[in-house]
Amino acid sequence: MNMKKPKPGTIAAYLVLSLFSIVMLFPFVWMLSSSLKDATQIFKLKLFPDAPTLDNYRYILFSESSKFPRWFLNSAIVAVCTTVSVLFFDSLLGYTLSKYRFPGKNIIFMLIVSTLMIPTEMLVIPWYAMARSLKWVNTYWGIMFPGMISAFGVFLMRQFMQTIPDDLIDAARVDGRGEFMIFLTVVLPLVTPALATLAIFNFIGNWNAFLWPLIAASKPRMFTLPVGLANFSGEAGSDWHYIMTGAAVAMAPLVAVFLLFQKQIVRGIAMTGLKG
Amino acid sequence: MTLATKRAITAYTFLALPLVFFICVRLGPMLYMLVMSFSDWGLLRKQTRFIGLGNYVTIFSDPVFLQSLGNTMRYAIFGAPAVIAISLSIALLLDLIPKGKALFRLIYVLPYITPIVAVSWVWRWMYLQPPLGVINELLMAIGLPAQGFLNSPDQALQSIMAVNVWAELGYCTTIFLAGLQTIPKEISEAARIDGANGRLLLFKVTLPLLLPITLFLTVMEGIQFLRIFTQVYNMSFQAMGGPLNSTKSAALYIYQKAFTNFEMAQAASASLVLFVIIMTVTAIQLKFFDKKMNY
Repeated sequence: MNMKKPKPGTIAAYLVLSLFSIVMLFPFVWMLSSSLKDATQIFKLKLFPDAPTLDNYRYILFSESSKFPRWFLNSAIVAVCTTVSVLFFDSLLGYTLSKYRFPGKNIIFMLIVSTLMIPTEMLVIPWYAMARSLKWVNTYWGIMFPGMISAFGVFLMRQFMQTIPDDLIDAARVDGRGEFMIFLTVVLPLVTPALATLAIFNFIGNWNAFLWPLIAASKPRMFTLPVGLANFSGEAGSDWHYIMTGAAVAMAPLVAVFLLFQKQIVRGIAMTGLKG
Repeated sequence: MTLATKRAITAYTFLALPLVFFICVRLGPMLYMLVMSFSDWGLLRKQTRFIGLGNYVTIFSDPVFLQSLGNTMRYAIFGAPAVIAISLSIALLLDLIPKGKALFRLIYVLPYITPIVAVSWVWRWMYLQPPLGVINELLMAIGLPAQGFLNSPDQALQSIMAVNVWAELGYCTTIFLAGLQTIPKEISEAARIDGANGRLLLFKVTLPLLLPITLFLTVMEGIQFLRIFTQVYNMSFQAMGGPLNSTKSAALYIYQKAFTNFEMAQAASASLVLFVIIMTVTAIQLKFFDKKMNY
């Protein structure tokens, strides 16, 4: 290995990348800084507040009038339930579509993958008509039902299922295990890395979803966090210290997920790109 | 019953519920939209009649719809290439440095995974007029004039577009970097031995090898910008797509038609127009790159 002095090109690269990091990070820093200021300091544009306070967080998280805790809970329920459902159905679909032989298999796969091209903007109108007539508006199920299975996840899981050797499945069959038990006890443990990737992306996607939850819930107690934040901020006027605190609260779980699973997230992003 | 039949029955049992889902929640609604776009379906009307191409005539003679289509194209035509160009440059720089790749990448991906609603409000706060907006204060501190940003009909669209570029960069940088890392070192070394300098290597070896990824990302980002909604909803005053409709995207127009005016059928027609645009733009991009790749 050469331990020569770094080339001027490398130093310049570090310089550009560091400056760029500031651009990428500054909005987050400014949000946090603003969330630590009270109403008298918020319009003093100082990066480090004179008297940092957690009062805004107390207000957003614990005050009687704040609906943020409820919205937080709603988002958590929606994101967790859809993710569990997507993991189960997408892996079952991916398994069936890669390891079974039956008539119509390719047509079904093409049918499912083709739904990826339909933009959500188009579907929300019939979904709303459906939710209205079935009395699903302002219910958790109403917010969740469009996301219970993900076509992208089916595509992803099918790719992974193809790497499982058929011998393993056949051996389990010889042991006399039922087909569904084989899927649960033999197949699923072998694809846990793929399941982890799918779970993380689905959780992030559902936590951040905006358009459909905005339509599916009209009562504030059924808002998800993004919808609640949009609504709250729209009415907060010039209470920017509260808006920035709300934004920080909405981001917190994702930043936690991100820091915990950064390797899987980066690998997942790279995978969707390279396999696409 | 043969074993094969038995397996096929098992397979269909596993598929039954998901198939019902895809038919009822994806394909069915899509067809429903297509049919209803020829009707006068509205939530405030008791009866629904078929009116042929009436909705298409209505929306195409609505200057606001035409403006929203123009805005949508501007988001995509300027936004997507900007994301590609910047993220590619950043990925090439990241590929140069021996240490710290992972940390930089982590920082760049952060905006991509955070809720768009939250970052939209953070940017809205930063874009405020002086003396409240931090960006304007920074501009003035270095002797530049304050800008209107979201308040200015001439700058609001670009201001929202910039936020989306900022949010998408990490995604594209990560994919470009992964692509760069799959290029075998032997190829660049062989080119160097043949006397290729850095620039020749970049334009004759690295970039052509990245072309399939560039194609994929251009298509993905094109679609992303054509569908822009949440940013516009949260960054324009009262979610109206203003000032003077200058930021209103087709997706926001569809939302307002359906859920503010309750003209569901007109919204259906507008959403089909958007769908056709997305498909056409994607097809053109695929074709364009197809030609470029056959050398």
